[in-house]
Amino acid sequence: MVSDFDAAGTAYEKGNEDMQLTDLTALELGRKIKEKEVSVREAVQASLDRIAQADGALGGFVTVDEQGALARADEVQKGIESGQYNGALAGVPVAVKDNICTEGLKTTCSSKILYNFVPTYSAEAVLNLQRAGAVILGKTNMDEFAMGSTTETSAFGPTRNPWNLEHVPGGSSGGSCAAVAACEAPYALGSDTGGSIRQPASFCGVTGLKPTYGTVSRYGLVAYGSSLDQIGPIAKDVSDCAAILEVIASYDKKDSTSIDRRELDFTSALADDVKGLRVGIPSDYLGEGLDDEVRAAVMKVADVLREKGAVVEEFDLSLVEYAIPAYYVIASAEASSNLARFDGVKYGYRAKDYEGLHNMYKKSRSEGFGEEVKRRIMLGSFVLSSGYYDAYYLKALRTKALIKQSFDRAFEKYDVILAPASPTTAPKLGESLSDPLKMYLGDIYTISVNLAGLPGISVPVCTDRAGLPIGVQLIGDCFKEKKIIRAAYAYEQARGRFSSPELAACEKKLVSAAKEVG
Amino acid sequence: MANIISDETIEYVGILAKLELSDEEKEQAKHDIGRMLDYVDKLNELDTSGVEPLSHVFPVNNVFREDVVTNEDEREKILANAPAEKDGAFKVPKTVE
Repeated sequence: MVSDFDAAGTAYEKGNEDMQLTDLTALELGRKIKEKEVSVREAVQASLDRIAQADGALGGFVTVDEQGALARADEVQKGIESGQYNGALAGVPVAVKDNICTEGLKTTCSSKILYNFVPTYSAEAVLNLQRAGAVILGKTNMDEFAMGSTTETSAFGPTRNPWNLEHVPGGSSGGSCAAVAACEAPYALGSDTGGSIRQPASFCGVTGLKPTYGTVSRYGLVAYGSSLDQIGPIAKDVSDCAAILEVIASYDKKDSTSIDRRELDFTSALADDVKGLRVGIPSDYLGEGLDDEVRAAVMKVADVLREKGAVVEEFDLSLVEYAIPAYYVIASAEASSNLARFDGVKYGYRAKDYEGLHNMYKKSRSEGFGEEVKRRIMLGSFVLSSGYYDAYYLKALRTKALIKQSFDRAFEKYDVILAPASPTTAPKLGESLSDPLKMYLGDIYTISVNLAGLPGISVPVCTDRAGLPIGVQLIGDCFKEKKIIRAAYAYEQARGRFSSPELAACEKKLVSAAKEVG
Repeated sequence: MANIISDETIEYVGILAKLELSDEEKEQAKHDIGRMLDYVDKLNELDTSGVEPLSHVFPVNNVFREDVVTNEDEREKILANAPAEKDGAFKVPKTVE
């Protein structure tokens, strides 16, 4: 189905002749569907064509549900006409990370152990999308069980960065971010346990938001670190992220940590007004290890916000270097417990040869899990074992309490924290996995946000010398998504659209790469 | 490397984790866990005496509800995912001698 890009038949005739349907943001596309300029089927077909053309080279998807998406498109079209679906995202196609359950559609967590798993129910976030008239295109690639920062630990092969195919898209929501950046999907769902939405969004030049813990139901999200996991939106801009979050956020009795929040009108924060907003930049984030170009990008955003009337200053957040060790103890401990359910009995992979029940468990798990997942299960089992529990697990939870306190102190003085999303831009494929500890260190600016349960948004700023995107992160206090949305939106108004020219070049690369592969 | 993981420890953790590692994987795991623990030992620089462990950021309370069935019979759908089934149940190797 690989077709020449120029003849893909998705060119959008009205207005800008170069504009393709797939270039539109989710809200722009939603508006055109509402105004009957575009049918849902046309919108879905445009995405499917783009996937067929680009994904061979990109590897953003594990499963593409072409038939299901087209059938659903016609159903949603009828629903729009009958008034059943009248939201801003009705009819807009979406890609869903493959650790978020979709009824009847394979959900693998990019792991051999779930290679054939078909959920019998959908995640609450997915149901919320469907109630708003979303059409699911397919499931996106990820680091196995969301453990990794490059999408290279996927059992089904890596995803590549659409800006440069020799580079990783980041992770673990690398497939979702690459798919949005390459215009395969107008928007996507990701999950963020230690930065898995914000870091790949930054590497791929898209916008990604991790909500306050408890805002989006975790029901149907395959658990990794339950006390840290959150589902969030990945899109082309801040407005889309706010609109998507408004749809997926809900109080859900099926998630015991779900929070009954009153105000979920995130789009009301989309105002170009940061006058008097107090913005703090942690000076301990700007030291050793931070790439100069990334530091410059943070300062660029600071300047823009300052010009618009915000008060920006540096401060000491403290405890920064303790976040990663605390995180890896807590996340691994929770993972070792959560992943105990994969035993070759109820679903997924079962080893062929075994002797007795215990041997079957052990063999199925050893053959079904990849290296990084086994590493974290082993570490997690160790820190939870008797004799080490206090020294490692409880120590990490005490550190988490101190980290939370240092953020509490910061938010007494500031409305928003401005920070890098990652110390560098996207590394090349194969550079990270040889040294796991080094890979973990790349999560230094995102991880503490999960430990403290805070919301964070990653927004693209510019590209580096090599042409790779640089994103920065805006962090808010718990339940203060609106403040980071407003700050990010105000910055975005000054920056302008972040996509077309660079992506045009990338499209050519994708097409030629797809031809080589195909 | 300050943390030396013994063969016995790796065997024991393997039992807890229900993982069967090859000799090569065991050596690798000893090295990896030791190295991670060296790094995690950094936490000992912090005085956390008197600090309560924080497992959830927000207070979490038990949520009670009446014990009523809300879902339908999904046996067929659920068993469709089973690696092996027999007479409407998951089939496993003999568990009792």
